[in-house]
Amino acid sequence: MNVSCTVNGRAQVAEGVWEGESLLYMLREHLGLYGSKNACEQGECGSCSVYLGGTLVCACLVLAGQAQGKEIITVEGLARGHGLHAVQDAFVEAGAVQCGFCTPGLVVATHDLLQRIPSPSDAQIREALAGNICRCTGYAKIIDAVNLAAGRSRS
Amino acid sequence: MKPRLAEETTSGGRVGDRVRRPDAVQKVRGDFPYSSDLQVDGMLWGATVRSPHPYARIESIDTKAAKAAPGVKAVLTFEDVAGENAYGLEIADQPVLASDVVRYWGEAVALVAAEHPEQARRAADKVKVEYAVLKPVTDPEQALLPKAPKLHPGGNVTRHIKIRHGDQNATAEVVVTGDYEIGMQDQAPLGPESGLAIPDGEGGVDLYIATQWLHIDQKQLAHVLGLEPHEVRLTMAGIGGAFGAREDLSMQAHACMLALKTGRPVKISYSRPESFVGHVHRHPGKLHYEHGATKDGKLVYVKARIVLDGGAYASSSTAVIANASCFAVGPYQCPNATIDGIVAYTNNPPCGAMRGFGSVQNCYAHEAQMDKLAAALTMDPVALRRHNSLETGSALITGQVIDGPVPVAELLRLVHERPLPAPAAKNADLTAMPGGVSNTTHGESVKRGIGYAAGFKNIGYSEGFNDFSTARVRLSVVDGKPRVEVHTAGAEVGQGLVTIQAQIAGTELGVRDVMVLTADTEVGSAGSSSASRQTYITGGAVKAACEAVRERVVALAQSELKSGEGLRLEDENIVGADGNVLVALATLLGEEVIDELRVFRPRKTSPLDPDTGQANAHMQFAFAAHRAVVDVDTELGLVKVVELATAQDVGKAINPQAVEGQLEGGAAQGLGLAVMEEIQVQDGVIKNPSFTDYLLPTILDMPPVRMDILELGDPNSPYGLKGVGEPPTISSGPAILAAIRAATGRPVTRVPVRPHDLVL
Ligand code: FES
Ligand code: FES
Repeated sequence: MNVSCTVNGRAQVAEGVWEGESLLYMLREHLGLYGSKNACEQGECGSCSVYLGGTLVCACLVLAGQAQGKEIITVEGLARGHGLHAVQDAFVEAGAVQCGFCTPGLVVATHDLLQRIPSPSDAQIREALAGNICRCTGYAKIIDAVNLAAGRSRS
Repeated sequence: MKPRLAEETTSGGRVGDRVRRPDAVQKVRGDFPYSSDLQVDGMLWGATVRSPHPYARIESIDTKAAKAAPGVKAVLTFEDVAGENAYGLEIADQPVLASDVVRYWGEAVALVAAEHPEQARRAADKVKVEYAVLKPVTDPEQALLPKAPKLHPGGNVTRHIKIRHGDQNATAEVVVTGDYEIGMQDQAPLGPESGLAIPDGEGGVDLYIATQWLHIDQKQLAHVLGLEPHEVRLTMAGIGGAFGAREDLSMQAHACMLALKTGRPVKISYSRPESFVGHVHRHPGKLHYEHGATKDGKLVYVKARIVLDGGAYASSSTAVIANASCFAVGPYQCPNATIDGIVAYTNNPPCGAMRGFGSVQNCYAHEAQMDKLAAALTMDPVALRRHNSLETGSALITGQVIDGPVPVAELLRLVHERPLPAPAAKNADLTAMPGGVSNTTHGESVKRGIGYAAGFKNIGYSEGFNDFSTARVRLSVVDGKPRVEVHTAGAEVGQGLVTIQAQIAGTELGVRDVMVLTADTEVGSAGSSSASRQTYITGGAVKAACEAVRERVVALAQSELKSGEGLRLEDENIVGADGNVLVALATLLGEEVIDELRVFRPRKTSPLDPDTGQANAHMQFAFAAHRAVVDVDTELGLVKVVELATAQDVGKAINPQAVEGQLEGGAAQGLGLAVMEEIQVQDGVIKNPSFTDYLLPTILDMPPVRMDILELGDPNSPYGLKGVGEPPTISSGPAILAAIRAATGRPVTRVPVRPHDLVL
């Protein structure tokens, strides 16, 4: 089947999608957007977090066909032009990136959090990011990054 | 044909600076190509047929139906292994594809390549393998009995380390004994095992791969593929974490075999369940300890029997058991020791390297013993540890005298004296409670406990292993400015090696524009990104190559300027003895390219004496201490780790931000083994091969980590640095266990701690 959707502001048609494929597979293998990661493909790690119709989802848990006619924003679509989005820049600066495999998912989840709650408390950060596993950092610098990004978007 | 790889970015920064990672920009944009993201036109997907039995004889393999399945281009079995069908890091005992016997659940038996990954998986299901099921040996103690079936021709003892130090008949006034058990932990790097093999059309193959050590992969691949090493060229792809899981071959040989057979590029990328059987794990173990001490709290002797379950194949078991044995007593002075460390073959999943490498298992035991001893002596547990701490000039139980700073007592003092977190607040946020948002308590039956632990381990390879790394450094002028290119084969697994190489080159050559080239087998071996060794060894190689480049620059300046002594390279200029700028580096170089290759070797080590385990077997040691504060719901057996405090001597923090990241991330993996992470193996079968059932610490589980980072400077190492990565994973978990014991008053001798261990 073919799936038509808007990805990062561009109309796209993914051709020859097999019915069993996930949105994650479609983004990666049909549309060449490898930024959303495939760490568990079971909805447990958040590495594949994207916006589907404005809602944060695990792309591995969504069937490709469900994206028909919808708007999708992936980690590749957050920054304008060649720069970084404030959340991305904060992750770099805070040292929240080691291997970086969790990073795209955490960047999208943090973006979503700060849209909903511009100045989150420590507990709110932890709750919002509880679905994103990072095996490298122990999370301290991820929390620093969220606070840094929140502080910068306030000022 | 080449897949797109990570950009070779330039960065600046000097040794000791907090440097932004050059690769982080691509990573936050989602633009960093990991090994699972590789693709080229015309690529096939590989899938692996795996054994559903932990131990069985293969009677027959029928590939007809699989070969006829849609999209399938090749189905391979052991008959297609062109070289010797055996590989392994220390002992070549593992087949690339099983031929006559399978020895563990999930062992690879056959391979499929197809146009679509789902076609490959479905065809894999169509490979018919008939097995004669055998009764698996799943307990290492049983495996060691004379009547046990021999799983390998040499028997089931993979290695037995004997340490006989001092008086073997020593007696003591106070004696405590204990038995401890460690569950099987998974490294669980987020990036799956994956890579892309591209045939070169002349019988050779290029492999793009996420691995901890390119050259050991190359050596093993050439052997099993029946090729010369130069016919198997490896290039590093982006690595999504490693922690030991990428030391052994996983899909490397399989992808190469399929590519060579089909003549097309082949990618293999494991699913998470497959990853659980696709790499080795941390050894589970049983440890029996006896500590003897004087009435005033000096250790007299330690006797220990450490039995680790190596699983079906050797992997790095022989080195893991050496560590578990050599550091069995912990960072304490002990004049007499009798240690038997045994690692056995079983039909459980193979075990090998994981961060901490043998020193994690024994730390749970020796630290529990120190607390027991303190209780028997009615001494403060920290005071007892400090009273027995190793110092500069102390002899280990292997007879090796440690030189350089050995600040064990100081590390313990630092974590001990750090202010404690506030007591649990009434009406605290649920996420701060044991049980969290499950809303199981509002503070009733919650008891707080505080525990301490110290640990240590070796940095770099031990026992006479030929440890070295190679670096090539090239200085030229690009766009009118000096540019340094650093080329090594060192694996950037996330720890920050790419930053460190640039910092070292920037420091040694004073050049701002440093580019670290993609790691590959075109340059000599860097050894593995393991044993916390890369900053030391590959860092040392980069430093040596830069020094050679610098000497040539100065010689060039001397001849060009017809000037004598005292010329220096400083801040992209040649400076005279009086400090005046004589010529800009770019001007001096012009078209000239200075290119130097150096091999760096740390000081030599020696093999352990086979009867006594005595030797100068280790090159450097790193120490850390932790304090844990926990809240335990004593009715439900739920644990909340409230805070971790740590102190560690890193010698010199090359990049302080990266050092902190290692201390925090390493502590998280220690916490995982202490309270939640376990691969549950029943009769040889993994029951929880997914992130749904294998629990990893989330942001809700991880407390703040308070840190004291000491930079005491090792006189033997480049910049005085020490390996950093592993000590945080060693004593963090044992401190949590001590805190849980303090909170509950229960002995708690097994990790991970389960609720029923605390209430039943
Ligand atoms: S890959 Fe989708 S949640 Fe893990
Ligand atoms: S940085 Fe490696 S998993 Fe988060």
